[in-house]
Amino acid sequence: MIFFSIVQAGCNQSNQITIFERFFSIYFSMNKILEKEYFSDKVIRFVVENKKIAISRKAGNFVILKIGEKGERFPLTIADADPVKGTITLVVQIVGVSSAKLAALEIGESITDLVGPLGKPTDIELKGTILACGGGVGVAPLLPIVEAFKKAGNRVISVIAARSKDLIILEDQIRRWSDEVIVMTDDGSYGRQGLITAGMEEVIKREKIDECIVIGPAIMMKFASLTTKKYNIPTQASLNSIMVDGTGMCGACRVTVGGKTRFTCVDGPEFDAHQINFDEMLMRLGGYRAEEVIANNKFIQQ
Amino acid sequence: MSLDPEYLKTERSQEWRATLRSKTKNKERTAIQRVHMPEQDPMIRVKYQDREVNLGITSDQAALEASRCMDCVNPTCIEGCPVNINIPKFIKQIENGDILGAAATLKETNALPAVCGRVCPQEKQCEARCFYLEKMNLPSVSIGHLERFAADFERESGAANIPKTAEPNGIKVSTVGSGPAALAFAGDMVKYGYNVTVFEALHEIGGVLKYGIPEFRLPNAIVDFELDNLKKMGVKFETNFIVGRTASFDDLREEGFQGFFLGSGAGLPRFMDIPGENFNGILSSNEYLTRVNLMGANSETSDTPVILGKRVAVIGGGNTAMDSVRTALRLGADRAMIIYRRSEAEMPARIEEVKHAKEEGVEFMNLCNPLEYFADEKGMVNRMRLNRMGLGEPDASGRRRPVPIDGSEFELDVDLVIVAVGVSPNPLVPSCLPDLKVSKWGTIVVDEDKMQSSIEEMFAGGDIVRGGATVILAMGDGRKAAENMHIYLQNKLSNSTKIN
Ligand SMILES: Cc1cc2nc3c(=O)[nH]c(=O)nc-3n(C[C@H](O)[C@H](O)[C@H](O)COP(=O)(O)OP(=O)(O)OC[C@H]3O[C@@H](n4cnc5c(N)ncnc54)[C@H](O)[C@@H]3O)c2cc1C
Ligand SMILES: Cc1cc2nc3c(=O)[nH]c(=O)nc-3n(C[C@H](O)[C@H](O)[C@H](O)COP(=O)(O)OP(=O)(O)OC[C@H]3O[C@@H](n4cnc5c(N)ncnc54)[C@H](O)[C@@H]3O)c2cc1C
Ligand code: SF4
Ligand code: SF4
Ligand code: FES
Repeated sequence: MIFFSIVQAGCNQSNQITIFERFFSIYFSMNKILEKEYFSDKVIRFVVENKKIAISRKAGNFVILKIGEKGERFPLTIADADPVKGTITLVVQIVGVSSAKLAALEIGESITDLVGPLGKPTDIELKGTILACGGGVGVAPLLPIVEAFKKAGNRVISVIAARSKDLIILEDQIRRWSDEVIVMTDDGSYGRQGLITAGMEEVIKREKIDECIVIGPAIMMKFASLTTKKYNIPTQASLNSIMVDGTGMCGACRVTVGGKTRFTCVDGPEFDAHQINFDEMLMRLGGYRAEEVIANNKFIQQ
Repeated sequence: MSLDPEYLKTERSQEWRATLRSKTKNKERTAIQRVHMPEQDPMIRVKYQDREVNLGITSDQAALEASRCMDCVNPTCIEGCPVNINIPKFIKQIENGDILGAAATLKETNALPAVCGRVCPQEKQCEARCFYLEKMNLPSVSIGHLERFAADFERESGAANIPKTAEPNGIKVSTVGSGPAALAFAGDMVKYGYNVTVFEALHEIGGVLKYGIPEFRLPNAIVDFELDNLKKMGVKFETNFIVGRTASFDDLREEGFQGFFLGSGAGLPRFMDIPGENFNGILSSNEYLTRVNLMGANSETSDTPVILGKRVAVIGGGNTAMDSVRTALRLGADRAMIIYRRSEAEMPARIEEVKHAKEEGVEFMNLCNPLEYFADEKGMVNRMRLNRMGLGEPDASGRRRPVPIDGSEFELDVDLVIVAVGVSPNPLVPSCLPDLKVSKWGTIVVDEDKMQSSIEEMFAGGDIVRGGATVILAMGDGRKAAENMHIYLQNKLSNSTKIN
């Protein structure tokens, strides 16, 4: 505030005002939140201003965010982007401190640090029929991939699943780019009752699938991948490993694929699902659980 | 440059230096004991991640140490310094009481003297070539401590002089990365009058100086001060910007950038590919140090977690390993162990760091090599298997090759393992420039005299070229690249005006 008045007091000449305006447009509108929409009380969609990322990103890319000076760096998939408006869309599920800090930001506020686009983009080609499977918040990163496959001329069948009705997100958007959508819920509160694999098998038994893509919780990806393996369908899984830098510098995100150690942030996030060691990945996702629980309890108390 | 014998001779023959030389007899000079750097008590300092171990020498100590230097006719020390600091000149300025002058001399060739005075492996560089050591077998002049003293004095005096810059020439150039190589490049280019932007992928400027080297060795405030000076000289900094991702080189060319300095470092951590290495609690030194140094994970208020191990094994014998093991001690480890496959004589770490680590209680398990890791039911590492090594014939690096001793296997309880066995060049930049020539190790190939890559307007230096070196070598590369890019761009400019 003090800073404001000092700057304004010195702003009688017009060229100083442009400098003033430029200063604010450069430093204060970076990563500004323009839209915020609740899909459920734990899943929120944000539209964020960042022209460079909006222009450069491709389907499958993600960003790393940091909220506040003491914030943690954490990854989120770019669910959508508008290169003309210079915005990107993020969909976040509240699971711990960092996701909750993001969720607490309101329209007009800014994300302290936002870097991207990261990761290898999805390999989008005309392949025939694509089976796109998304579990829980995994539907968010699935959306741009479904759109891109459809635009490349594929027939796209999407299976989206969640524990219950209120956790099904982006259904309408997925429908827009799919030839068919199957919704599954664990408890049967919406769509069909059952696990995602039930929906997948139904389609696989019915028609020839040329490629499958699965995104969701690691445990879901493991079983979805076992399902397509049974039918020999080439399958990509997009992994959500724990990350720090996202540029290949730390190795926190390492996974074993085909017996080799790979870094999810630069070699992935998508890998041949049938080669991924999901059990190791599940174990690694729990690597900081004790520390995270402590941090989350502290955050809730505040 | 300053290695030019004529220049050195003229400088040396200045009256004040001649007077100073005649004031004290060489015999008296050589009789003085080398200064001892005052240090924080090891038992106290291991409690603080952010308190510097070396406290710095006093003005009196500095003046006395400076008087040891004999202002040699043939100052071999300069040849040992990768950026050829005019060492006798700055030391004699200290002896003469002109500390700010000494600081200015340092800055003629070294953009970050306060950093180099702290982290240079002096015993292998300038000090290794000092007359005292080479000809008299006495401890060398303490060039590093004096360099640090002059730079700190200037900073603390508030009289830091901002180097003069030439008239802006309007030509835009940029760096990829903000480590010491890029910073040295940026400092020189802005002096030549260029419009310089530094692009950094992380949210902080400084490269390894920030995310790698801990505060107890190099306080962030010192790096920030130097960065501030660069800002005042007009260098622009853009964080959270990955060149090749956030924008491509073509995008940047379109924005008017005419020259690029590739200083993206050797950021890719190596692992050993042994069984169990992906268990939780086993991480690269980059991850461990980044969590603590860049993200402040050791502080209560940081959201970033770090595992606080009680029995910590650090694999490796370089600076990175020493920094990791000493960090683990400061974060409360009961046992902090270095596991190194050769003997102490072959350790690549700075001698001072090894000495400090020992004083602090680090256990050195030299001539040992990890074979396998084991974990509890949750996948958290709890044990490792190792074997002992003997030393065989020298290998390509000239160091004796470690060979496993049969039947020497043993086990060790651990709850945190930090792998510090080296880094590879960051592949990101080469991967988005198909025309860029890289070696089979992934380093960028440059013409060594100019630091110019196979793409004309791209120069490179530091770890991305050397595959892992030192701060000062990286800075030397940055400066050489700046000098040659300046020539290249000016030639290009005058050619194009000729054609028009
Ligand atoms: C490439 C990539 C893309 C991603 N895209 C999205 C996205 O679009 N939307 C979204 O909501 N999330 C996404 N994630 C996951 C997201 O990064 C994590 O949910 C987030 O980092 C959790 O941080 P936190 O501090 O809120 O929770 P923490 O306190 O760190 O963790 C809370 C709980 O979540 C678990 N957890 C921590 N990190 C992850 C992780 N990376 N994946 C799964 N579980 C984790 C922990 O073990 C813990 O049980 C993505 C992850 C990756 C690697
Ligand atoms: C823990 C540790 C301790 C060390 N101790 C010492 C010591 O005591 N003395 C000594 O002399 N040397 C030491 N070294 C070595 C020294 O730090 C390095 O040799 C030096 O930092 C190399 O400098 P650089 O400029 O080449 O790259 P770096 O310092 O590695 O900086 C490269 C920067 O580029 C960024 N980057 C990479 N790709 C991109 C991109 N595409 N776009 C934008 N930015 C990008 C990275 O994020 C990074 O910040 C140590 C190294 C480590 C890791
Ligand atoms: S920069 Fe390093 S090598 Fe050169 S004089 Fe200083 S301490 Fe010695
Ligand atoms: S070689 Fe040693 S004594 Fe001679 S000028 Fe250099 S520092 Fe001084
Ligand atoms: S997140 Fe650090 S290497 Fe992938």
